[in-house]
Amino acid sequence: MELSIRNIRKEFDRFPALHGVSLDIRSGELIALLGPSGSGKTTLLRLIAGLEFPTSGAIFFGEDDASQKTVQERNVGFVFQHYALFRHMTVAENIGFGLKVRPRRLRPSAAQIRRRASELLELVRLPGLENRYPSQLSGGQRQRVALARALAIEPKVLLLDEPFGALDAQVRRDLRRWLREIHETTGHTTVFVTHDQEEALELADRVVVMSQGAIEQVGSADDVYDRPLTPFVYGFIGESSRLPVRVDTGGVWIDDRSLGLAAGDVPDGPAHLFFRPHDVELVEGCGGCIAGVVVSSRRVEATRRVELAVGGDRRIVEIELPADHPAALRSRIAFRPRSWKLFADARAGREACAETV
Amino acid sequence: MSDPAARIPAKHPPARRLPATRSAAAPSPRISPTTETRAVQYALIAVVVAILSLFLLVPLATVFTQALRSGLGDYLATFRNPEALAAIRLTLLVAAIAVPCNLIFGIAAAWAIAKYRFPGRTLLVSLIDLPFSISPVVAGLVYILLLGSNSLIGGFLLENFGIRIIFAVPGIVLATILVTFPFIARELIPLMEDQGTGDEEAALSLGANGWQTFLFVTLPNVKWALLYGVLLCNARAMGEFGAVAVLSGKLRGQTVTMPLQVELFYNEYASVAAFSLASLLAGLALVTLIVKSWLEWRYADQIAATGRGH
Repeated sequence: MELSIRNIRKEFDRFPALHGVSLDIRSGELIALLGPSGSGKTTLLRLIAGLEFPTSGAIFFGEDDASQKTVQERNVGFVFQHYALFRHMTVAENIGFGLKVRPRRLRPSAAQIRRRASELLELVRLPGLENRYPSQLSGGQRQRVALARALAIEPKVLLLDEPFGALDAQVRRDLRRWLREIHETTGHTTVFVTHDQEEALELADRVVVMSQGAIEQVGSADDVYDRPLTPFVYGFIGESSRLPVRVDTGGVWIDDRSLGLAAGDVPDGPAHLFFRPHDVELVEGCGGCIAGVVVSSRRVEATRRVELAVGGDRRIVEIELPADHPAALRSRIAFRPRSWKLFADARAGREACAETV
Repeated sequence: MSDPAARIPAKHPPARRLPATRSAAAPSPRISPTTETRAVQYALIAVVVAILSLFLLVPLATVFTQALRSGLGDYLATFRNPEALAAIRLTLLVAAIAVPCNLIFGIAAAWAIAKYRFPGRTLLVSLIDLPFSISPVVAGLVYILLLGSNSLIGGFLLENFGIRIIFAVPGIVLATILVTFPFIARELIPLMEDQGTGDEEAALSLGANGWQTFLFVTLPNVKWALLYGVLLCNARAMGEFGAVAVLSGKLRGQTVTMPLQVELFYNEYASVAAFSLASLLAGLALVTLIVKSWLEWRYADQIAATGRGH
């Protein structure tokens, strides 16, 4: 089932949660909505499900305008963050619930429902737990039961809200791989919400990066990591260092020192230079580089993280050096980013950027 | 004049919480910084037992001994007295109307308060508690002013339909409903607020309609609290004295409920009859307590499971 979200706005008590979001999701795709809390990702998921209704805009399921359909009519499988399993029902009753409440003429027999529940338990690799109650299951098992329950109604799309949010790290990793396999077996169009970028990048075909109620970028893991389109995405995905600079006559400057980078289309005025802390090369002497004084140095796993104070107003920037680099306090270090991106300040007018060629 | 026995359950907090288990006694006098010495523990227990005995157990025992003072024959004779029988019938009728009314009201109010956010919500919560804080006599008097035959509404009903509310059965039912208003809602609200709307959303997303969601998901999630509420509401409905006394008019055999009949007998020095009837009310309270405790014991696991989270 293809999904098309067209210019959706959503306000809660006049407070805008989503401003004009548009997104096309292909059939069978596994999509992650990634963003910090308050970015509107869960709101978007609930709008797709029909648990909220948009202030304006439309949502299409294939060719059908589903915007005014209720959650029951949309036939979506929704897995809630805290699973929302019915605690007074057994696992089998939970999974069969969506079939049991169907109108009489569409309802399978009790035996068929029970068989279907057992099949789904096989699929989520929990065979034999039919008669347990949710309180007797571990977190990871509840998560799987919640998914089996959502799959039981043969949904058109599968929606998961922070599916691994409440689990510990080891279980998360296992379930991530497992969800990918389930997705490949069943082929449902799947959308999940997460604030964990590792989860989104590893699991999803495409990642939708959201911030403050708007989509910042939609793309594959490679796209959003290697070719971030906005300062937010550069800062949010992976580690990054950000340095306020000035663009003048096609070059990038800090105070009266040129950094030796070409500003491309970026207009004259204030701008921000982004680069990955680990993706820098040290240079001796300095004709066109960034130079600073070491203000702190920390050993982190296999590398040394160094904070440098750059320029007259001592802007702090972080880089990663080999662990054997001494990086003595107050010593001077000069480096050049191997790949970088320059964004004009949003305040300075149109958004423009330049990057490594 | 009151009916202390019938009020026992009402004075206890909702009994959803299960007693906390204390770790077993250790040889040292103090087993943790938050545990008092043995002497203090026993002293506290003794104080509680003494107070309970003096104010609850002794009066309760007295009711039964006084009722049986002149033998079982006199005791049973009370229940052949037509006035006593009429009082029992009326009390059962009033409870049979008031409890279902408050069941519906309690579920509706708890649903509205726990699941929606709307202006005036906190005010509504406070209003539900009003019958707990207001004197039943005051409530009864207000009803007389509002619905008495000299009032606008009461006069209109009496003239056009011949319906008398005050000093008649409808007034007694109204007073009872008012006084027992909060019992069920108060039991449900904290539980439903705690449970949130997640389960309902899950049921809807699986295709259930509103009625199925209520029946299969919401109701089972609150069934124990609901049962407690009904038990307490029923005990109070049968035992209510103050508001009913004001509104009943005490027409013998017509508008006299059991607690009122107890008082009438007593004032007429028919103390065996008074205590016999009172023993029925006290017995009702005891049965309520026993049923409640049995339910707690029998379904402790399920109560714990539906009470808090997963």
